[in-house]
Amino acid sequence: MKRSHRVLPGFGLSLGITLLYLSILVLIPLSLLFWNAGGGGWEHFKSAAFSPRALASYKITFGASFVAATINLFAGMLIAWVLVRYRFPGRSFMDALVDLPFALPTAVGGIALTTAYAPNGFIGRQFAPDGIIGRHFGPEGLKLAYTPIGIVIALTFISLPFVVRTVQPVLGGLDAQLEEAASSLGANRFQTFRRVIFPYIWPALLTGWTLGFARALGEYGSVVFIAGNQPLKTEIVPLLIITRLEEYDYPGATALAVVMLTASFSLLLAINTLSRWTNRRASA
Amino acid sequence: MQISVRGVSKNFGAFRALDNVSLDIPQGQLVALLGPSGSGKTTLLRIIAGLEAPDEGRIFYGDQDVTNCSTRDRGIGFVFQHYALFGHMTIFDNIAFGLRVRKWKNEQIRPRVLELLRLIQLEGMEKRFPSQLSGGQRQRVALARALAAQPQVMLLDEPFGALDAKVRADLRRWIRSLHDEIHMTSVFVTHDQEEAFEVADFVVVMNRGKIEQMGTPDEVFARPASAFVTDFLGRVNVFHGRVQNGKAQIGELEVSVEAEHGSVEGDTFTAYIRPHEVEIDREPHGPESMQAAVSRVNRTGSTVKVALFAQDGQLPIDVELPHEREATLNLRAGDIVWVYPRQVRVFAAPTASVESSS
Amino acid sequence: MKTLVVTSPVPVSPTQSQATTRDAKRAATRATSEPRLLQWFLIALAVGTMGLILVVPLFVVFSEAFSKGLELYKASIVNAEAMSAIKLTLLVAFVAVPINTVFGVAAAWAITRFQFKGKGALITLIDLPFAVSPVISGLIFVLMFGRRGIFGPFLQAHDWKIIFALPGIILATLFVTFPFVARQLIAFMESQGAEEEEAAVTLGANGFQTFWRITLPNIKWALLTGIILCNARAMGEFGAVSVVSGHVRGQTNTIPLQVEILYNEYQYTASFAVASLLTFLGLITLGIKTALEWKTARQLKEGQT
Repeated sequence: MKRSHRVLPGFGLSLGITLLYLSILVLIPLSLLFWNAGGGGWEHFKSAAFSPRALASYKITFGASFVAATINLFAGMLIAWVLVRYRFPGRSFMDALVDLPFALPTAVGGIALTTAYAPNGFIGRQFAPDGIIGRHFGPEGLKLAYTPIGIVIALTFISLPFVVRTVQPVLGGLDAQLEEAASSLGANRFQTFRRVIFPYIWPALLTGWTLGFARALGEYGSVVFIAGNQPLKTEIVPLLIITRLEEYDYPGATALAVVMLTASFSLLLAINTLSRWTNRRASA
Repeated sequence: MQISVRGVSKNFGAFRALDNVSLDIPQGQLVALLGPSGSGKTTLLRIIAGLEAPDEGRIFYGDQDVTNCSTRDRGIGFVFQHYALFGHMTIFDNIAFGLRVRKWKNEQIRPRVLELLRLIQLEGMEKRFPSQLSGGQRQRVALARALAAQPQVMLLDEPFGALDAKVRADLRRWIRSLHDEIHMTSVFVTHDQEEAFEVADFVVVMNRGKIEQMGTPDEVFARPASAFVTDFLGRVNVFHGRVQNGKAQIGELEVSVEAEHGSVEGDTFTAYIRPHEVEIDREPHGPESMQAAVSRVNRTGSTVKVALFAQDGQLPIDVELPHEREATLNLRAGDIVWVYPRQVRVFAAPTASVESSS
Repeated sequence: MKTLVVTSPVPVSPTQSQATTRDAKRAATRATSEPRLLQWFLIALAVGTMGLILVVPLFVVFSEAFSKGLELYKASIVNAEAMSAIKLTLLVAFVAVPINTVFGVAAAWAITRFQFKGKGALITLIDLPFAVSPVISGLIFVLMFGRRGIFGPFLQAHDWKIIFALPGIILATLFVTFPFVARQLIAFMESQGAEEEEAAVTLGANGFQTFWRITLPNIKWALLTGIILCNARAMGEFGAVSVVSGHVRGQTNTIPLQVEILYNEYQYTASFAVASLLTFLGLITLGIKTALEWKTARQLKEGQT
């Protein structure tokens, strides 16, 4: 920066504080993590990061996160649409409630969902062999908690707000004249949605999906209670990391963390690209 | 205090906002920086204020080099385009702000603020908040706030830009009379030539980071120094052609090219004819006139606006006539008449692109 | 049809004049809205979805917490273990929130008021904790300060404890909560622009005066929003704190960890009673946030006129 002076004061001070703080809290610890992971050699890293148990946990974590994010793509789109387009009693209350998963500690969400969806809980009971829904699923009924379905339920809960909150402003900023134009050109309501509205909000939907997916990948608190935590079946990666730590297997925990962080960073990059796309689309 | 700008340049990335600009603003004068958007006028104003730093060049207030002096130490009053009133403060506190940060005593602040409120004709409004005022009132508060600490220089960025036409006209007159009262060196930025001519003692016309011309409004209007200035100052007919036999050919019209504009035989040229500098008659006036067909006559303004086509409809010409003159001609659409310009300004092309004005 | 008219949702659409007939109105709104029956169906579907996903957990927390009566609820909270967890949580938030507030203001000032290289990277870095698993956020500090961590031998030699102790809990909390104030302020200050601050400087204000008299009063509601969100997360953080705390009862247990322990010991009522405290905190946070957002939106709107 070769400016002779800046108009507003405090550039050096504020940037200095910011960089110092981020270095101590984020950059140094994270780079040490990667340095640690390289320390034990590739063979060691591979055996820890790609053991059968680790592979199974990736599968369940990524799979359940994918399903949850996709459920929220539809649920979030629906909620955003209703909140932006319609006026009805209780709308602002509903709008505020969307952020509940951000405000409610994950452990609380976890135990509450487990209690509701466990076989003796008031929703899980309906899916038991003699329940109104469960009886259609044969003698076993349908088990929700302590199965991958339970994991999906928890992840759906914590990642619901993302799609709603990314789509809402874009949908709200959509010029009504675009729809009037489509209608004047002879499009019916469904065609208008498919050809005018949907292409406009599509980048925001995708951004919301990615944000929700990224959040679900790392989620721990709400999942551990409902998952059942059986190795190879319902064990998520964050739990496996903690297990390794409790065994004082630091290299094992680090290897898993590096794999997850790589996924997170890629997603963060994707999110940044997507939101630039969204902003361009919204301002066009 | 005189302001001197010496060889100032400023780039924003690849965009050259100011290109080696030098300028003297005489003590006590009200000067307009006039130009289209992107001409560098606001950047120049912000550099004079110290809100931007120049890449090259110096700024002097009187004899003092203030280039490295921060905005707050320059003793200026700056009026922002969107006023930048402090929304969480009352009108009183807004005007008093500059006095408070300069550690004036409360018993000095109060009379000064009340005096300014009287000056801007907003007595009794001091307890209101900016959001409760109209645009014109906010503009006046912004002005009073800038004036409060008795700056030596007043700088105004598009001071009338955000106001509607009626309020604009009132405020223009008011600012002019205010300046006649306090005689402070003042610079304001505008893209509206009418505004610049009406308010300013001096007009500085800018284009693409350079100064095209400066002078009194009369000088600039009567003797535009370049094609850009001619084109930018009001409605004008534009013609393009090639110089032949020392003459510029516009349709059937031949105009001798003055040497000062530097046109050479065979060069392309651009000629400008202002609508009010064209005469219409039923009779020809020699080689100085050409035949044209009237396409539309609009008698609703202070002058009569006549649209014509010369050369079998190839060459559109706009003409403004006084009502009395038009009454004797009694023009109708379809009439064939003779037009002869009283003044033609010819400049060597290329004139490059210029924001349309006519 | 009559019943529908009385309670029907009003579509957000332009042209509505009282003189036109109902059919004409309906025809006009068809361009930008759906038939009313479909609207109602979609609203019902959205409310049902939110009920199933969001309201169920809320309902469970309170019904379980109070299922054995008010006496047991009170006893679950007013006991030595729970009280020590509450105290620890308050202490952690009391340290972490102010630090992250200072950081957030500094970061927002640098990012929104100046141009510099690497600004985009800096903003991404600030978003990082949202993409990193809380478990990994805890892990990085264990790797540094844990018994077998990089600085482990050094810390043990001096008999300093960071992991499984208060400093570790505070570090992990700082990490997961530092973006909240910064993000809130960056978004707000970006949309507000720097004109008022420039005006203050032209009027002779110094840096401190500009910040104290102009910036702070302007950003106060956005700042407060950031602070309460940061606070809610600091008090409710589970994953990261769980990794570094060591779960020592009465010593390094925060409220969320206490909830977990009670739940795993099948003391469901006590667990939900303690959890209800966090739920109240969450609901209050949501309420304040909604009110503050309403305020900041109005402030930005006024600034534009």
